[in-house]
Amino acid sequence: MRKFALVFLVVMVPMASLAASGSGVELKSMEVRLNDTRSLQNGAKLFVNYCLSCHSAEFMRYGRMAEDLEMPVQLVEQNMIFSDAKIGDPMTATMPADKAAEWFGVAPPDLSLTGRLRGPDWLYNYLISFYVDESTVSGWNNIVFENVAMPHVLTELQGRQRAVFRTEPSEDGTEHKVFDRFEMETEGTMSAEEFDHAMRDLTNFLVYMGEPAKLDRIRYGMFVMLFLIVMFVFAYMLKREYWKDVDVSH
Amino acid sequence: MSFNEWFNDRLPVAQVVKDHLTEYYAPKNFNFWYFFGSLAMVVLVLQIVTGIILAMNYKPDADLAFASVEYIMRDVWGGWFVRYMHSTGASFFFIVIYLHMFRGLMYGSYKNPRELIWIFGMIIYIAMMATAFFGYLLPWGQMSYWGAQVIVNLFETLPIIGGTLSEWIRGDYVISDITLNRFYAFHYLIPFILVALVYLHILALHQVGSNNPDGIEIKKGPKGNRWSKDAPADGVPFHPYFTVKDVMGLVVFLGLFFAVVFFVPELGGYFIEQPNFEPANPLKTPDHIAPVWYFTPYYAILRAVPSFAGTQVWGVLAMGAAIVVFFFLPWLDRSPVKSVRYKGPLTRIYLIIFAITFLVLGWLGTLAPTVEYTAMAQFLTVVYFLFFLLMPCYSGTGDNLGFSGFLLFVVSLLLTLSGLYIWWVETPDLAMSMKWIYSVTSVVLLFWFGFKPGWIKPDPVKPVPERVTG
Repeated sequence: MRKFALVFLVVMVPMASLAASGSGVELKSMEVRLNDTRSLQNGAKLFVNYCLSCHSAEFMRYGRMAEDLEMPVQLVEQNMIFSDAKIGDPMTATMPADKAAEWFGVAPPDLSLTGRLRGPDWLYNYLISFYVDESTVSGWNNIVFENVAMPHVLTELQGRQRAVFRTEPSEDGTEHKVFDRFEMETEGTMSAEEFDHAMRDLTNFLVYMGEPAKLDRIRYGMFVMLFLIVMFVFAYMLKREYWKDVDVSH
Repeated sequence: MSFNEWFNDRLPVAQVVKDHLTEYYAPKNFNFWYFFGSLAMVVLVLQIVTGIILAMNYKPDADLAFASVEYIMRDVWGGWFVRYMHSTGASFFFIVIYLHMFRGLMYGSYKNPRELIWIFGMIIYIAMMATAFFGYLLPWGQMSYWGAQVIVNLFETLPIIGGTLSEWIRGDYVISDITLNRFYAFHYLIPFILVALVYLHILALHQVGSNNPDGIEIKKGPKGNRWSKDAPADGVPFHPYFTVKDVMGLVVFLGLFFAVVFFVPELGGYFIEQPNFEPANPLKTPDHIAPVWYFTPYYAILRAVPSFAGTQVWGVLAMGAAIVVFFFLPWLDRSPVKSVRYKGPLTRIYLIIFAITFLVLGWLGTLAPTVEYTAMAQFLTVVYFLFFLLMPCYSGTGDNLGFSGFLLFVVSLLLTLSGLYIWWVETPDLAMSMKWIYSVTSVVLLFWFGFKPGWIKPDPVKPVPERVTG
């Protein structure tokens, strides 16, 4: 019954597109470019300099990063490893996790898989959404992750920004605060555009780190698809050859 | 004496090949829907082979499991490929089996004389669900942990024995290292039981012969074809005809399968759920816990049934009944014909409604429940069960239903009434329009399919031909 096949398709296709959607603030989209090695290298540089002191990436090895990102091993050893780790070792945080938990209230999470857990859009928006908030312990807050324990470690690059909120009426008649825009308080060493690029590179790197094999699998996938297309032609011709002498409707 | 003779005198390999391949005559009019049986076997083998390779690198230990999966993904040569084949294979196994079961529903493949094939098939399906459930805990991610927590807690709702039973399953008061260890043992064991069950499924099939889209018994038709004068005229040898045809189907299947493996292994969070990229944390409940998609139709039914008389057990029973009811299909269907091609319009319409109901329930099962979604799931639960309960009424030729048929109609009536009670009394927040739509539709379904108005043509709507029609 072809009709049933059609019904199945018609019902299943829209269902697949109804993937679970997030809630909260609207996220700006972030395009991942895993083929952009320059961007990944820049992201890696930012990552080891600003993130790795508190966060670990315990499933990622320096050597794998060097190989995938086309960086010479010697260069990585000299400029990107700040602990006594060897090139084949995983990226562990400089700060001990138990101490970090004491200082920040929560242990900074391992970042190996954050790219897959949170997705690129969330990560990018999180990185650009820190603002000064005197009411919190760290003095910082984040639009995407409210009351996050993490301080804004990239202040020297971005500068200090404040969040401006406006009030909007809720459905039940009361009013609630809605994020409106950021206002720069002091400038950082980077321009707004440079910082935006840097954060896109960092997000790109975090996504790469979530699944280093992604670089390979898409390339292999193309060959597999091509092979199967060719194989289908042969399989189809073989089937037709055999079935030539069977009259299905007699 | 040749080696062949010597060997076959001692082990009848040649005879088995003859009986089940080269001289097994399958109806020549198999269509698209007949690819899924052999595909299911391919996926089973693929799951076992990839599973054994994964087991060589995986550590069933609460402290090491999550890291060992990432070790497979990053450090084991080709590990990501094997793991993605396994995770994608799990979902594709269920896709293939659902299509295979739907084929059975369409062409009446469960009907006399194939009741045992159907029953073994259902046991296979349940064994598959058990394997998938045990396997889902192994990556030890957040969703693995909390998914297992939710499912094991279902047993807790059973009266008297509930607490002890769920504790016995876990081996602990919470999901823990002990649970992980035993789930790993079962995840490794059940696939081999599956192989044995598949063997029985096929043995039973080859005993009575395959059904076909026309639902005609080719063994009872005229004899004699190009290969043998005793074989059914409408049959062709399984090998080489269906082996070459199935290889063609397999290549198309592999195209879809590897497209997922290589390009979208998470499939938007349906095949691999995002919260599973965070290690299991017993102290942090995820915002929204949803089982993997292949369980969600039943999960939606579970959540649809409200607690009653101070216990949640009714939802669990409904979920169980939703699966068990399939076993009774051979006796619920009273149509004199097998295939939907010759069945009356009511059977055709309800089959389509049922397929859509199953899919929408599956979709609802992935969502966080709201008043609207829950009411929709309740309505669809009624539709789901009426498909089976009213089957003796709408599939028959209109003759006397007998006591059992009457009893099932009474159950249908009670089910519909409890739906009405829930929407009108227990759900004050539901929009009036939805209350009316659900109520009227279920009452119409009940009476329309239960009483089968006289002007609707009875089964068979057109005569079944003597020979297959392609």
